[in-house]
Amino acid sequence: MTSQTAGGPLVQLTGVNKWFGDLHVLQDIDLGIDRGEVVVVIGPSGSGKSTLCRTINRLESIQQGEISIDGEKLPEEGKALARLRSDVGMVFQSFNLFAHKTILQNVTLAPTRVRRQSKAQAEQRARELLERVGVSAQADKYPAQLSGGQQQRVAIARALAMDPKVMLFDEPTSALDPEMINEVLDVMVGLARDGMTMIVVTHEMGFARKAANRVVFMDGGRIVEAADPETFFTAPRSDRARDFLSKILNH
Amino acid sequence: MQFYADNAGLFWDAFLTTLGMSVLAGLLAVVLGTLLAAFRVSPILPLRGLATFYVETFRNTPLTVVFFFIIFGLPQIDFVIGFFPGSVLAVGLYTAAFVCEAVRSGINSVSPGQAEAARALGLTFGQSLRQVVLPQAFRTVVPPLGNVLIAMVKNTSIAAGFSVSELSSLLPRLVNANAGELVLVLVGVVACYMVITLPAALALNRIERRVAILR
Repeated sequence: MTSQTAGGPLVQLTGVNKWFGDLHVLQDIDLGIDRGEVVVVIGPSGSGKSTLCRTINRLESIQQGEISIDGEKLPEEGKALARLRSDVGMVFQSFNLFAHKTILQNVTLAPTRVRRQSKAQAEQRARELLERVGVSAQADKYPAQLSGGQQQRVAIARALAMDPKVMLFDEPTSALDPEMINEVLDVMVGLARDGMTMIVVTHEMGFARKAANRVVFMDGGRIVEAADPETFFTAPRSDRARDFLSKILNH
Repeated sequence: MQFYADNAGLFWDAFLTTLGMSVLAGLLAVVLGTLLAAFRVSPILPLRGLATFYVETFRNTPLTVVFFFIIFGLPQIDFVIGFFPGSVLAVGLYTAAFVCEAVRSGINSVSPGQAEAARALGLTFGQSLRQVVLPQAFRTVVPPLGNVLIAMVKNTSIAAGFSVSELSSLLPRLVNANAGELVLVLVGVVACYMVITLPAALALNRIERRVAILR
């Protein structure tokens, strides 16, 4: 299965269209993400970048077009969709750690329930991952007892515990206090260096410069331009991108 | 006191009958009601429709009519059920509709992000409901569920009209036999109900405190 598809992009969106009622939120999106590539999606609010991110594991359905992951078309519903989602890690803006479970249980839930790992095996791996994101001392606490930055790092560990093929980050630092943003970004930069395939919706231009292979700029539901970070930040081709950058970079 | 001593056996049997009905009907109502609530939030339209139909049917039918239907209606289609099991069934099925709505309100109180995170990890709908949503939903559901269950205990009194010798059926029997002791009969019956409902309310309070979560 993998050898057959190893050549093509890991994530492929082709002619994707989505409407919320009358609002055309995704318009003719074509985007391929290669293995090991880090793609940062930026754009003004309402540009459809979060929606785009959420269609990739079908938290949002699409009305037209096709999305495939590792050569496999996204199933519509049911067990097949659940299986595919288990290979796609996701980190949310609002962390969404399971409030009634400890940090350790948050990380081991899916490996034991979905991957059928033994509890001991899952816990050992969970502790390694918590160590890696720097919150191993909090393993037995509940999410509400942690700071936002710690919670988001746990959320990253929780996603990594499933050994995902690709990680989606939907504005992972937007709900954080400023002094906590870097601790999360550092973990993400580390992941990128280790070769994880990542799609990151963010306003953190520093992260884009440091870790991205490609920057995708969206506006009004369309991909307006896509380029490597250096080119994009120094010589954006479109007026919209120039306008957007001038507004966010001059502070 | 002589009055109670003379009728202790009657009170005890009636108390056990009411308690038995309450426990059995309560179990049926909580299990069925939770299942119905899961149906009502499921992505499968026929399940949603079925559960909604069930809830609206039972919630909007007087309990006495449900009793009539089960105890006198079902034998018409050759399904004969005894008075006691029939009463348990009637109270349980009826209360399940209310349990369903209480649990559903709890499910709605859980932030959608919790279920999204569960699904994004690859948990199936059933797994995310069982592992993530319901455990959190039950915490907010304890107080309304307490109301529903206490109402249910009192609703078992309708079984008195269907030949079940439960607590309320003592009222006419004992008053007829001891016309001068009306107050004692009433106090005795009410006290017996409270022996069931007050500890239940207390237990629910304790459960509520124990399962309280930080958000």
